[in-house]
Amino acid sequence: MTFGTLIWANLRRRKLRTLLTMASFGSALFLYGILRALHGALYGGVELASASRLVVINRVSLTQPLPQAYGEKIRRVPGVVAVTSANWFGGVYQDERNFFPQFAIEAETYRDMYPEFVIPDEQWQAFLRDRQGCVIGEATARRFGFQVGDRVVLRGTIFPGTWEFNVRAIYRGTRDLDDTTQFWFHREYLEERAGGWVRGMVGWYVVRVADPDRALEVARAIDARFANSPWETKTEPEQAFTASFVKQMGNVQFLILTVGAVVFATLLLVTGNTMAMAVRERTGELGVLKTLGFTDTNLLLLVEAEILVQALIGGGLGVLAAGAVVPGLSRAIPGMIFHLSLPEVVSGVLLALGVGGVAGLLPALSAARLSVAAALRRV
Amino acid sequence: MVRLDGQGQGLIQVRGLDKVYRRGSEVIHVLQGLNLDVDAGEFVAFMGPSGSGKTTLLNLLGGLDRPSAGRIIVDGVDITRLSNSELARWRARHVGFVFQTFNLIPVLTAFQNVELPLLLTRLSRAERRQRVEAALRLVGLADRMKHYPRELSGGQEQRVAIARAIVTDPTFLLCDEPTGDLDRRSAEEILDLLVALHREFGKTILLVTHDMRAAERAPVVLHLDKGVLVEARGGVGV
Amino acid sequence: MGIPVLYTIRSAQVRWVPNLVAVVSIAGTVAVFVSMLALASGFRATLVASGSAQNALVRRAGSTAEVESVLTIEEVRTIQDAPGIARDDQGPQVSPEALVIVARPLRQTGTDANVQLRGVSPRVWAVRPNVRIVAGRAFTPGLPEVIVGKHAARAYQGTELGSTLRFGGTAWKVVGIFDAGGTAFDSEIWCDAVLLNQAFQRPAQIFQSVTVRLVSPDAFSSFKDALTADPRLRVQVDREIDYYRKNSQAVTRMIEILGTLVAFIMGIGAVFAGLNTMYSALSARVREVAVLRALGFGALSVLGAFLLEALLIAAIGGLAGLFLVLPLNGWTTSTINWQTFSHLSFAFRVTPRLAFEGFFFALGIGFLGGLPPAWRAARWPVARALREL
Repeated sequence: MTFGTLIWANLRRRKLRTLLTMASFGSALFLYGILRALHGALYGGVELASASRLVVINRVSLTQPLPQAYGEKIRRVPGVVAVTSANWFGGVYQDERNFFPQFAIEAETYRDMYPEFVIPDEQWQAFLRDRQGCVIGEATARRFGFQVGDRVVLRGTIFPGTWEFNVRAIYRGTRDLDDTTQFWFHREYLEERAGGWVRGMVGWYVVRVADPDRALEVARAIDARFANSPWETKTEPEQAFTASFVKQMGNVQFLILTVGAVVFATLLLVTGNTMAMAVRERTGELGVLKTLGFTDTNLLLLVEAEILVQALIGGGLGVLAAGAVVPGLSRAIPGMIFHLSLPEVVSGVLLALGVGGVAGLLPALSAARLSVAAALRRV
Repeated sequence: MVRLDGQGQGLIQVRGLDKVYRRGSEVIHVLQGLNLDVDAGEFVAFMGPSGSGKTTLLNLLGGLDRPSAGRIIVDGVDITRLSNSELARWRARHVGFVFQTFNLIPVLTAFQNVELPLLLTRLSRAERRQRVEAALRLVGLADRMKHYPRELSGGQEQRVAIARAIVTDPTFLLCDEPTGDLDRRSAEEILDLLVALHREFGKTILLVTHDMRAAERAPVVLHLDKGVLVEARGGVGV
Repeated sequence: MGIPVLYTIRSAQVRWVPNLVAVVSIAGTVAVFVSMLALASGFRATLVASGSAQNALVRRAGSTAEVESVLTIEEVRTIQDAPGIARDDQGPQVSPEALVIVARPLRQTGTDANVQLRGVSPRVWAVRPNVRIVAGRAFTPGLPEVIVGKHAARAYQGTELGSTLRFGGTAWKVVGIFDAGGTAFDSEIWCDAVLLNQAFQRPAQIFQSVTVRLVSPDAFSSFKDALTADPRLRVQVDREIDYYRKNSQAVTRMIEILGTLVAFIMGIGAVFAGLNTMYSALSARVREVAVLRALGFGALSVLGAFLLEALLIAAIGGLAGLFLVLPLNGWTTSTINWQTFSHLSFAFRVTPRLAFEGFFFALGIGFLGGLPPAWRAARWPVARALREL
């Protein structure tokens, strides 16, 4: 027998209570996992944003276009290494609920701008050769079962009509939260078919700078270059650009934190109370252990260990269950990428242990401070 | 030898022991200037009406409670000066307790209950096993090692408790009404066991009881009355 | 014979610490549940209220959102002649409108958010009678003046009466604040449609949508049929209210899925807490139960008493949760509506229905958490319970 045996024996004393306590930890940590994944889905893009990329949009708003001729002018701004551009297409695949973002891209330069997206070379070459070709992110490809060689039909909303594309390539992300829901096609195809204002106008530019530390400087230089022109620009680091979307969603972070705080405060109360009851019930036995020479610290650790084991098992299972459910959320709420990384799982387990440790503190202290004489009288 | 005049030099030396309880505004003097000397190898029974302070004395001797005044020196160590954790370690090393209600841990087997105090030692697993088995053999329960307390009779439970008390080979045993919850026959068996431990293994045993028949088995009987000890029977030295 | 309710209440009082814990856990669950649904319901209500059943919104066929649509002045004229449109002495009640999304810094964060700049026709007041000027005056057609919705006025920097906003190449003077009754229009800025097109270098005679006031809600189908049958037009016609309802779906669905999921899991956690509380209440009360049974109370009475205690705790928790959430009612927050790509202010709406749902959610938790322990108490053999004392 070891101390472990003793802890285990205590846990088996009231199996139902142990199970319920572990289930409390489990449900709280399951929720933690879901909220954590939600946070990642909303804010992950901001963290992933490249420090060396800038986004140039029309000063009025993203929905206003910029002249295509700006591309060459931006390229000549000192500090700029590469420029590419894209247009928002806004097509609908079968039903409006099947949303995924579609960009009409400048094919020659777009792929090099986003090294985090991986495309097999032969597929990319096939895309370049086909004017009606398109590249689809693997998440969207998986969602609708698109494969290379398939024909995809979109209904235009901004650009009316029925648009047909050939799937020529499927791109993968290299990091967990990389957005693989996008759909790219040639801007030449868009100009050719849509005509009108889109000829010679792009939605936005993406710029790579030589030195990320000087990104803001370059951004200011670009904006200064087009100041007082009919199409003034607003240039931001990719991170700020992404963050501005997230910020517009309102303070979801606050919401997530509040819910999380409520959940864990409740968990703290519930498990602390349960453990206190367990200690109270066992006052006599704890007194006996003291007579046998168990020190105050021994008993403190014994009680703490008991709740920590429950926190570890319950919380661990909860967060793992969340990890199992999270991919399903990505399917239920398309357009958002839910993912739970290993560090997040580990920090969840640590959080459970922390809550367990704090919840067990008062009961453990009361066990440690127990007067043996008083405890034995109660036997 | 057992002395009450505070002049002995034995294993246990109690000097001017006071214990005062407060219940509201009422002050209760349970022990008043109590002196006691017990040499190694003695078997002493303490008697007295309930509320006379028997259990209080035992708790003080076992380092479970602290006196209001006075000193308790065991084997040269003044235990009233030890810190809580020192006291706990001291208990683990020197004291074996046997209680009226057995106080076995219900979720542990007989073997595990006996092994419990050994967890606080540096003994190896094999050594612990050897000791536990020896103790359980001694109390005649070698065949019940895997049983849980609820699967044992009262007398058997108390024998497990005695095995637990002796497994660490403590300096002395403190028994608080060990037969109080037992039927006559089981009680006799337990008393036989205590006597055997005293005679054959030279254990120092302090027994608190209000059962005359239990007290009779001890060579020395002391009576606790109004907070002081008086000799009832046996060889109290002067 | 039933066990007096007083016994139940007294029992709940005596063991107040664990019961308080159960109350708090249920209150937290209900608060999260109701507030998430109040968020979704507020968002939906804001958009649905924006549309009127008596109005029809005409867009180019194929465009999902207003901002994606394009209608020419010829098309607008054709639409104006359709049957079913309400008329007054100034002619048909029709507002051809142009939309531009512009980025403006928010007061709170200083970061840009998208606001819808809506160019309207002078007839807009007849088409949307629920929109009133609450400060200043309406813009003068032909002048670079804007009026700002009350939520937009609160949300964005530089929208005070008399200040100047720069959009496109033009400086616009803020001459009025309007109240659209808490609808999506309150998050917009309005100006003259013709000037808006000029400022953004767009063809003067291009609009995004046409909103018409019908003579009655029933006139919608004849109006729609007339437009869709017209070979000169390729348009889609929706009741304004339907358009906005659809607009609210994506965001409300997301909030509802996540909110319900979160509340559901929290509910499960609260059931565990309730079970734990009631089970330990039970083991501490073996004696009482046995005595009650010995006194002649039936198993069913014991079951009822325990269940009642659980429900009582749950009801208190539910009410406490609602009490926590109630101040949120009417509290304005905002988010981006992906459908229109613009920022939308809306208020939490704790409707009586939501309050009831939250309360019954609490009772459900209490029932699930109380039934198994109550069941066990009722089935406890009296003799054994008395022996265990």
